[in-house]
Amino acid sequence: MTFMKKTLAASIAVAAASSLAVSTAQADMSDGEVRIGYLADMSGTYRDLAGPGGLTAMEMAVADFGGSVNGAPIVISSADDRNSADVGANTVRGWIDQDNVDMVGGLVASSVSIAVTKVLEENNGLGIVSGSAASSITNEHCTPNHIHWVYDTYPLANGTAKAVVEQGGDTWFMLTADYAFGHALEADVTKVVEESGGEIVGGVRHPFPTNDFSSYILQAQGSGAKIIGLANAGADTVNAITTASQFGLTQSGQQLAGLLIFLNDVHALGLEATQNLLLTTGWYWDMDEQSREWSQRYFDEVGRMPTMVQAGIYSSTMHYLKAVEAAGTDDPETVRAQMADMPIEDFFARNGRIREDGRMVHDMYLAQVKTPEESTGEWDLYEILSTIPAEEAYRPLSESQCKLVQN
Amino acid sequence: MTMIFGVPLAVFMGQLTLGLVNGAFYALLSLGLAVIFGLLKIVNFAHGAQYMLGAFAALLGFRYLGINYWLALFLVPLVVGAFGVLLERFLLRRIAHLDHLYGLLLTFGLALIFEGTLVNFFGVSGARYATPEILQGGLNLGFMFLPTYRAWVLVAALAMCLFTWFMIERTRLGAYLRAGTENSQLMQAFGVNVPLLITLTYGFGVALAAFAGVLAAPLYPVSPTMGSSLLIVVFAVVVIGGMGSILGAIITGLAMGIIEGLTKVYYPEASNTVIFFVMILVLMLRPVGLFGKEA
Repeated sequence: MTFMKKTLAASIAVAAASSLAVSTAQADMSDGEVRIGYLADMSGTYRDLAGPGGLTAMEMAVADFGGSVNGAPIVISSADDRNSADVGANTVRGWIDQDNVDMVGGLVASSVSIAVTKVLEENNGLGIVSGSAASSITNEHCTPNHIHWVYDTYPLANGTAKAVVEQGGDTWFMLTADYAFGHALEADVTKVVEESGGEIVGGVRHPFPTNDFSSYILQAQGSGAKIIGLANAGADTVNAITTASQFGLTQSGQQLAGLLIFLNDVHALGLEATQNLLLTTGWYWDMDEQSREWSQRYFDEVGRMPTMVQAGIYSSTMHYLKAVEAAGTDDPETVRAQMADMPIEDFFARNGRIREDGRMVHDMYLAQVKTPEESTGEWDLYEILSTIPAEEAYRPLSESQCKLVQN
Repeated sequence: MTMIFGVPLAVFMGQLTLGLVNGAFYALLSLGLAVIFGLLKIVNFAHGAQYMLGAFAALLGFRYLGINYWLALFLVPLVVGAFGVLLERFLLRRIAHLDHLYGLLLTFGLALIFEGTLVNFFGVSGARYATPEILQGGLNLGFMFLPTYRAWVLVAALAMCLFTWFMIERTRLGAYLRAGTENSQLMQAFGVNVPLLITLTYGFGVALAAFAGVLAAPLYPVSPTMGSSLLIVVFAVVVIGGMGSILGAIITGLAMGIIEGLTKVYYPEASNTVIFFVMILVLMLRPVGLFGKEA
């Protein structure tokens, strides 16, 4: 297990200064420190959407908060889960048992998040999931010990599919990754398309991961559907879009709908291949002045513009620290309740609040990828078309299967 | 409309063509592995990483030195091949007298180091490499739209395969090489510098991987992990063809591309595994592979 412990210089300074007189507030912090663990894929498929950049975002939040809460220094540990549920669960178990980690953040691959939140529930810890897609994390897999921050598959399907059908894209061909996440997304999309008056005319389930999509693109071309829905993620989506562009799919009148696509994917693909693609996002760096300002600071540190996940990690860490400060303790249960009591309104989240199922609902955005002519810079990639209000974007509590919700 | 097993003829022909293009890739990659294994008895697990290095060298060469595609197609195999020569001379040769397993472990470790280093600098999202202008657009074959670049890949890969086969099986140099691996002491007694031949052969196998990498650069996102997913399939192709058989690698590569392509139409869920089914079948019926010689 790679296991790196990092103390911020600022927190050392504050610790030294405050060691002379331990305040009463600090006495309520376990071990006199607020300990945060950052768990994410640091080297694999999902590295660029969270990874080391997410850790930087978390460190920025701690530094901006002043490096300590009520006199207790904030310490960050980080580890690479290598997208393995086992590695992730064992790391978190060690953090809680041996290091008394108070909060676990990052959490990208859905399988890892589900395993980790089980460990948190058994040990009464606290986790904030920022990178995962599966909406089941706050549905059948909900626990009182975690919060899901940035987005999930429900608004992805709801936002993109609905908008596409409304614009006349009423016949769909689904290109689905053949595993749990792909099936879930396909089911969500099918429901939305049919409810909006559209029709699924065909589809293919491709193995995960797939290197060459030419065969599937040819099948999609032959289907005659107006829209090719991509119910996959990461490298699969990137490969599918590249191949579609090589086969002249969009030039022949068909359109792609990317259901889970991140800023780093669009950046890697280039605008030539992705132009006019519709997508749903939880945040975009160029949304408004506040977002631009934070993103510029991030850019100066990392050299890339942040994804919605990286921005969400800053936002959630900041909210957590504010709650610890307000509650005067790092006890998970108290902090969790305090976080839910405070609305979230920052550069990342608008109209944000944490529901009883652990879902942080906030405004989502329907965006379109710019054409090369419209774009004015390397990272000028999206145009925000409309806002999906927080209360409409996510799965309504009335449909929830979460054990924490009284239905 | 004519149907073949419930699939329209046009679709069937289209998939056959795409299968052939992918097969040409498999052939080119497994050829490099077969050359290295057949003549040097090294199980080169770094082959996928060397293919990736080829694609990266093309990308970075274009970005920082302005080297165009055609020049890259010629230069990159030379540069990466030279790198392979250094690997053989300073690392692989030291363990040449040990069990094959050590070579496998060493090359696997090298592959991890190459990938990890590049991930550290470039991330995993990958970057695009533009298709050369003359090969943009597509050909209307009547039953399908075939991007010109893919047609070029088929031609270039097959030409390189034939060239390699000819060099090893039909020239004097190839004969020395084969003799040198059969009985190196006798060859050295005749005044042939066998260690040099071996070093150059490894370099050539690596150059083949790099050539495939340059060909792949405009097709797939250029990313540090692009080789590792392909490597296992290519190994399966080599096993089916018969470890070390040059012609076997070429024919099996093409055949597996077609089989995989057809699986993608009839039962796409199995398309990643069909090659391994064939491999198991071949191992059960003919353990030395389709074109392998009985020991």
